Amino acid sequence: MSRIQLRFRELGEQRRKALIPYVTAGDPQPDVTVPLLHALVAAGADLVEIGVPFSDPMADGPVIQAACERALVHHVSLHDVLDMVREFRNSDKDTPVILMGYLNPIEVWGYEDFAEVAAAAGVDGVLTVDMPPEEADDLVRALQAHSLDTIFLLSPTSSEERMHLVSQSASGFIYYVSFKGVTGANRLDVGAVADKLDVIRGFTDLPLGVGFGIRDPESAAEVARVADAVVVGSALVGKVAGLVDSPELIPAELAATVAAMRTAIDAQAVT
Amino acid sequence: MEQRPAAEAAKLNDTLPDERGHFGPYGGQFVAETLMRPLDELNAAFSQYIKDPEFLAEFDSDLRHYVGRPSPLYYAERLSDAIGGARIYLKREDLNHTGAHKINNTVGQALLARRMGKRRVIAETGAGQHGVASATVAARFGMECVVYMGAEDIRRQAINVYRMRLLGAEVVPVESGSRTLKDALNEALRDWVTNVDNTFYIIGTVAGPHPYPVMVREFQAVIGREARAQVLEQTGRLPDALVACVGGGSNAIGLFYPFLDDQDVTIYGIEAGGDGLDTGRHAAPLCAGKSGVLHGNRTYLMEDSDGQIIETHSISAGLDYPGVGPEHAWLKDSGRARYDTVTDTEALAAFHQLTRTEGIMPALESSHALAYTARLAAGMDRDSIIVVNLSGRGDKDIHTVADLEGIRV
Repeated sequence: MSRIQLRFRELGEQRRKALIPYVTAGDPQPDVTVPLLHALVAAGADLVEIGVPFSDPMADGPVIQAACERALVHHVSLHDVLDMVREFRNSDKDTPVILMGYLNPIEVWGYEDFAEVAAAAGVDGVLTVDMPPEEADDLVRALQAHSLDTIFLLSPTSSEERMHLVSQSASGFIYYVSFKGVTGANRLDVGAVADKLDVIRGFTDLPLGVGFGIRDPESAAEVARVADAVVVGSALVGKVAGLVDSPELIPAELAATVAAMRTAIDAQAVT
Repeated sequence: MEQRPAAEAAKLNDTLPDERGHFGPYGGQFVAETLMRPLDELNAAFSQYIKDPEFLAEFDSDLRHYVGRPSPLYYAERLSDAIGGARIYLKREDLNHTGAHKINNTVGQALLARRMGKRRVIAETGAGQHGVASATVAARFGMECVVYMGAEDIRRQAINVYRMRLLGAEVVPVESGSRTLKDALNEALRDWVTNVDNTFYIIGTVAGPHPYPVMVREFQAVIGREARAQVLEQTGRLPDALVACVGGGSNAIGLFYPFLDDQDVTIYGIEAGGDGLDTGRHAAPLCAGKSGVLHGNRTYLMEDSDGQIIETHSISAGLDYPGVGPEHAWLKDSGRARYDTVTDTEALAAFHQLTRTEGIMPALESSHALAYTARLAAGMDRDSIIVVNLSGRGDKDIHTVADLEGIRV
């Protein structure tokens, strides 16, 4: 059983919902990332999602675009990101790590070689934003060969046919994009999300995570009521943007945000 | 001249791309999930209407009466004499409405947008030619139009920006990344994913996710169909060579595609060599790049060893793009077309040469094709025939040329 599956099983047994913070690797500088990940876990993260910086992040809004640009000033590469994961794993054997990014850095490395190094570094799942299942056969094969979970997106535009298709290729969990738009926009409609998740559950037994538009403890708790996992990205990365001149404050600041969301999510589970 | 695009399209479409838009390993649909169904809907509409006689009749009528087609195929005798080799024929896309081949495609996509009930169109633009062509058809069809343009390009192309605004388009400056064409494309994709219900994205070249490369090819193939008929009519035979500049590659595919089965016609696509390939300051992914995935398709890219897209350079804003249409990548690998480069300096010399020998001022993009043609023609005899795509007129580049020569206009 993969670390991601194991984590979701534990959470299910405890009747708790997963909180998955996202941060861009190397933002605003490379030495921040590993201490930040540990701080997020200490504050209540169940899984962590690490963004691989890319020069052309087409699915992201201005907050994560800026994070990519800050990381790329330091030339943070996919190899560097895996080094960070390896360092994180030295002292955290349990928290699942998901890489989220765009295909081209993996494409130029080569699927097989990347999968082997990523698995050895301690990565558990890979979400490639611009690679739908139609194009993903070779990558899925390479990732599965190294026991890495293959995480795919579904969205408000996904037809039932596509839900079926995605559920055939996905493992670990499925990431539902809560609205039509880019990361960081403010368009969350929890009622509409709940309706769509009900339909998706007809096609898969995988846990369903929801991301995009979750900005505060209230929206995190609302989404946790209907989803299995809550992904928070721009709300955290936006705080990094405000602390580029005092990076030593970043782990504590983001941990505080995650802790508040954790509290809100767990509170709604009890009621 | 009689045009029969329906029959041609049906015949030539039989082979590539496959149903998911692959040209061998290139092309495809590399986009986030939210855009997959809109792309399927677009593909369904395109596949339906490209075979619909009523749609094709309307497209042909607009090409004739609005764009001004067919464009002439002109024997450039004094240019041919000056070079002293092959006879050079110019396909005069510069004479189209708005001054370039771009309008062929925007008319086609706007007609499709109307069939699909989309009242809002968006476009990306580099130099502004595709933006102007999109704003033009939006005005003609009464659609809302938003054009994304890199802040750096807006600064360099003030007149085209004003032209788009006169046409009623909103021009949105893009401040992210290198603030040029590739970033404008990113921003247009972000708009589309946000406003997908009412918005049609008019991509300006034969790149992007399927069906854009094949759709833009079909709307631009009128160039090659006309040229093929015209050269046969004027000379009694097919040309020895075709030459076109390649940025994204839409004018080139438009000319090349109807000649692909004519194996005796040698095909040359010319990329922007900038300061020279050895300097790294160029925009020649086919000649000096590697395969990768960007903007929805797998193709040759200008990228570093980490897979990050790198900045390009060309004197010509329309060629200043780090990718290229996937069908060109396929034509290169298959050997059916040859790709080469000319430098900024060579393109500028060709700009002057055509202006002085023929009284035709070419766009700096097209000047790349002309520069290579001069090289090629000089090694051929007088019985040889070269058809060059004169993809656009050079008025838009007068300020660039003057600046380079230290002249204040």
